[in-house]
Amino acid sequence: MPIVFEKTRGLTDKETHYCPGCTHGIIHRLVGEILEEMDLLDNSVGVAPVGCSVLAYEYFNCDMQEAAHGRAPAVATGIKRVLPDRTVFTYQGDGDLASIGMAEIVHAAHRGEKITVIFVNNAIYGMTGGQMAPTTLLGQKTTTSPYGREKSHSGSPIRISEMLATIEGAAFIERVSVHNPQHVRKAKKAIRNAFTTQQKGLGFSLVEVLSTCPTNWGMTPQDSLGWLADNMIPYFPLGNLRNPQEVDNG
Amino acid sequence: MEKVLMKGNEAVGAAAIRGGCRYFFGYPITPQNELPEYMSRELPKAGGVYLQAESEIAAINMVYGAAGCGARVMTSSSSPGIALKQEGISYIAGAELPCVIVDMMRGGPGLGGIQPGQADYYMCTRGGGNGDYRHIVYAPASIQETVDIMMESFEIAEYYRMPVMVLGDGMIGQMMEPVEFRDAPKRDLPPKDWATTGTKGKRGPNIINSLRLDPVELEEHNFHLDAKYKEVEKREVRWESFLTEDAEIVLVSYGTSARISHNAVTILREQGIRAGLIRPITLWPFPFKAFDDLGPTVKVLMSVEMSMGQMVDDIKIASAGRWPVGLHGRAGGMVPSQHDVVRDARAMLEGVA
Repeated sequence: MPIVFEKTRGLTDKETHYCPGCTHGIIHRLVGEILEEMDLLDNSVGVAPVGCSVLAYEYFNCDMQEAAHGRAPAVATGIKRVLPDRTVFTYQGDGDLASIGMAEIVHAAHRGEKITVIFVNNAIYGMTGGQMAPTTLLGQKTTTSPYGREKSHSGSPIRISEMLATIEGAAFIERVSVHNPQHVRKAKKAIRNAFTTQQKGLGFSLVEVLSTCPTNWGMTPQDSLGWLADNMIPYFPLGNLRNPQEVDNG
Repeated sequence: MEKVLMKGNEAVGAAAIRGGCRYFFGYPITPQNELPEYMSRELPKAGGVYLQAESEIAAINMVYGAAGCGARVMTSSSSPGIALKQEGISYIAGAELPCVIVDMMRGGPGLGGIQPGQADYYMCTRGGGNGDYRHIVYAPASIQETVDIMMESFEIAEYYRMPVMVLGDGMIGQMMEPVEFRDAPKRDLPPKDWATTGTKGKRGPNIINSLRLDPVELEEHNFHLDAKYKEVEKREVRWESFLTEDAEIVLVSYGTSARISHNAVTILREQGIRAGLIRPITLWPFPFKAFDDLGPTVKVLMSVEMSMGQMVDDIKIASAGRWPVGLHGRAGGMVPSQHDVVRDARAMLEGVA
């Protein structure tokens, strides 16, 4: 029988710890497939964050470093400066990147650090049990916003991609989603373009991936996908915000 | 090789490059700015990279990333900045990465001041970060000694796969002295087969990490680190004893304070008082043996430090109740005067007579 689908060599055989219905698995697969398809795997060093994807270093089938909370872009900077011809990427959640690691991500972009950042935004702190994140939507209930996030108390959710897109050194910025197959395909294309940006030495690249957290949102996986489409996408519009001419977006 | 007159901070940079350092990540803070400035000027010429980070926190995490790739890498700062690096130092120790950290201490606490201090002793010898970890702390007392230690520190860091700290103060950083650059002793270093440089398809992935969720595994890791630290305690402790053989009073002092204490001992001897000096060169591991070597003539010990008394705790541990332990402490950027040290030493000795 012909083989029509195989697990990517970009991921190890380790069973992941992610909750049922969580979209981290899809995003891992996309990154792994791109690394394999672009033949980057054997020349890559990835950086895992602190948060739900803290164990990503066990799942990506390439050299990995585990960073302190929020510091992945700084760790990646150290790696890339020592090994400028290797592909260096970080995989970070919204607590890691948009809260504690805000300085590191802004300045990595600002320096035009030639790294690729996969930013997984699920509007909540997953690993620690569902606390409010900087990206938590207004009115969204979390364990630390039990009455719903209020603008007057906690501000509005932060739009990372739009903010980073104002920075000169940020060569490629795109927000995608993985709530249905069509968007999964678009997400994969964006991830490819981000790594291509790095391969061509054009500067900093980031793909923000809207993701679900059925466990901490308190929804079924199916309802979570719908909630993402209905609530997150209107506030976090999808699309490319920066794309260098040299990267073919066709 | 001929001697050259150099400012401490610049001499540290020159020694680091000669010691093989090719990567420097730092953030400006007084009184150590001449060091990153020197590196920004000289490292590119040596084929290396200088990068000014957005913060001390970012700098130490860049060090983590670079060290994880097997590079010879360092950072430097002064007291409040070193405080910010402590989290990263703990991770580097946990992940067993080699690197060198220079702390040119200033007065504290908080923003403190910019004049020389020695109040980082607790932070640097106890570990300001979380967890059971240690790193070697050298406390040179001259620019020459600083240079010698800097050149050797990268070898030592790689030999043990641990951070090495060179602890100076504003005085060491800012003053000028003649120095000679002598090649440091080489260690037999194993290949860095743990470094993340890309698998090249020839091996499984390498992982640089300090996370171990399984308590059995994490305790094993702590046992492993502890065994390494015991080896360092056995092999790397350094000190200098001066006129301790027949001493009644032994001053204990490091770095800038030790130079003043050295003068005080000479003055005390001229006054007919048998004084001596133990100068720890490694603050961790602390030279406990220097105290065990003291003879029956010793009546009292006195710590001289630019803090309100931090090293004095280790001296009390070393004394183990055998001798009373006094303190001459200055703080906030004030430097002890040799005459005040002499006065306090005499008073202490009279107190126990």
